[in-house]
Amino acid sequence: MTETFTPSTRFAVPGRIAVSNRAAALWQTATLTEIRPETPRAATFRFAVPAWAGHLPGQHLMLRLTADDGYTAQRHYSIASAPDDDGHLELTLDHVSGGEVSGWFHTRAQPGDEVQVRGPLSGFFAWPGDRPALLIGAGSGVVPLMSMVRHHRARGLDVPLRLLVSARGPEELIYAREYGAETLPVFTRSAPEGVPVGRLAAHHLAPLLAEGPTGGWEAYVCGSNAFAEHASRLLVRAGQPVDRIRIERFG
Amino acid sequence: MNVTRGFTGRPRAHRPGLPPGQYDAGDDWPVLSAEVTPDLAPADWTFRVDGLVAAPRTWDWDEAHALPRSAYEGDIHCVTSWSKFGVRFGGVSLDAFLDAVRPDTSATHAVAYAHTGYTTNLPLSDLTGGRAWIAWEYDGRPLAAEHGGPARLLVPHLYFWKSAKWIAGLRLLDHDEPGFWEQNGYHGRGNPWEEQRYAGD
Ligand SMILES: Cc1cc2nc3c(=O)[nH]c(=O)nc-3n(C[C@H](O)[C@H](O)[C@H](O)COP(=O)(O)OP(=O)(O)OC[C@H]3O[C@@H](n4cnc5c(N)ncnc54)[C@H](O)[C@@H]3O)c2cc1C
Repeated sequence: MTETFTPSTRFAVPGRIAVSNRAAALWQTATLTEIRPETPRAATFRFAVPAWAGHLPGQHLMLRLTADDGYTAQRHYSIASAPDDDGHLELTLDHVSGGEVSGWFHTRAQPGDEVQVRGPLSGFFAWPGDRPALLIGAGSGVVPLMSMVRHHRARGLDVPLRLLVSARGPEELIYAREYGAETLPVFTRSAPEGVPVGRLAAHHLAPLLAEGPTGGWEAYVCGSNAFAEHASRLLVRAGQPVDRIRIERFG
Repeated sequence: MNVTRGFTGRPRAHRPGLPPGQYDAGDDWPVLSAEVTPDLAPADWTFRVDGLVAAPRTWDWDEAHALPRSAYEGDIHCVTSWSKFGVRFGGVSLDAFLDAVRPDTSATHAVAYAHTGYTTNLPLSDLTGGRAWIAWEYDGRPLAAEHGGPARLLVPHLYFWKSAKWIAGLRLLDHDEPGFWEQNGYHGRGNPWEEQRYAGD
């Protein structure tokens, strides 16, 4: 066997959006200006980052906390807010039990506190608003997808956009008040009267893929690894091409 | 130093072997890949080494398994800041494959590519001398698909995005050619001890 290898997909195509290497390498101070509860376990943290270079919906940043003995903890967080030029950005964090960084945010953080951030990072999961987008998220995996929905609204874009968001129940649905006709919530444990309970399944995707826009969807899947595996396999089985599925796994 | 008010971090004893900015993930093994996990059967897996070599060659599953077995026991480090201690991988040293193709003296770098099309670049010197493997066993069992099974590249002294899952081949070059994450802002080499996370670090 000596034939030249060609990958089965075109996954190797470069990321769609050039990432500024300088911005990615530089730590900046972000000052917490506001904390808004979203659900009993998730809250949105708004920051002033005056020198922020801007971002595209879907991108994430690296956040660092420093203890007074010099110990640091750094974690990735998706950016929840739409691109904005007022020097602010928002993150939405789940309170992970025993979590070092999310624990600090949910129990200690107050407006005025300073943390370090660098980014934005990764152009791969970004959506500049150019192609029809089918967004599928679970839990806090909806965060980067919400940035896309907000961007779509803020710019009054008419490119098709759909959001499927999975949560255990209505009280755990992040951004519940903000969804419109573009969104279908899927509840896995409890649901309002008349709404079925069950995990994301082929029957949720079939109509969207069947009536998809000309040229098809660009699919964005985000959440825990277990959810990302489940949702991306469903998409492939429903006929979505693998090279048009972008996945962000929270670990 | 920008101390964060009220942040103490978890109680910790300095853990030797933990690179700066990393934490010990314990038994967890997070999965971080941007693509759909491929259904790749061992019978369909192949591994090719070509480019600046005297004798380009493709191995199938059985041919690769006929090479002398080699194991790695040690630590791994992911750029998302987790590290995992004392992991055990089984497979074949990359030296066995490289020796068979006879690299040209002009070869300085390699691009590793996956069956999914994922790519990552490495200096050739990071792949030789018993520091890199093609691995198909984890903890004595077949490597799980979500971790790159049936076989992945293993370069444990660099951040783990260099250890391409579902490895399909290496192309040897006389220059450096950024791969998927490197084009997306990640560092060209990715040495965890120097915290080479993003371009410019
Ligand atoms: C690209 C990307 C984007 C992300 N975006 C978001 C986002 O928008 N929102 C969001 O909420 N999350 C997001 N995440 C996840 C986020 O990065 C963190 O993993 C998450 O906030 C947990 O961090 P933590 O420090 O709170 O928990 P950690 O301290 O990392 O703990 C995680 C779990 O491990 C256990 N654990 C780990 N180490 C120990 C130890 N030594 N002792 C005891 N227990 C331990 C904890 O109990 C806990 O259950 C994203 C991840 C990625 C990769």
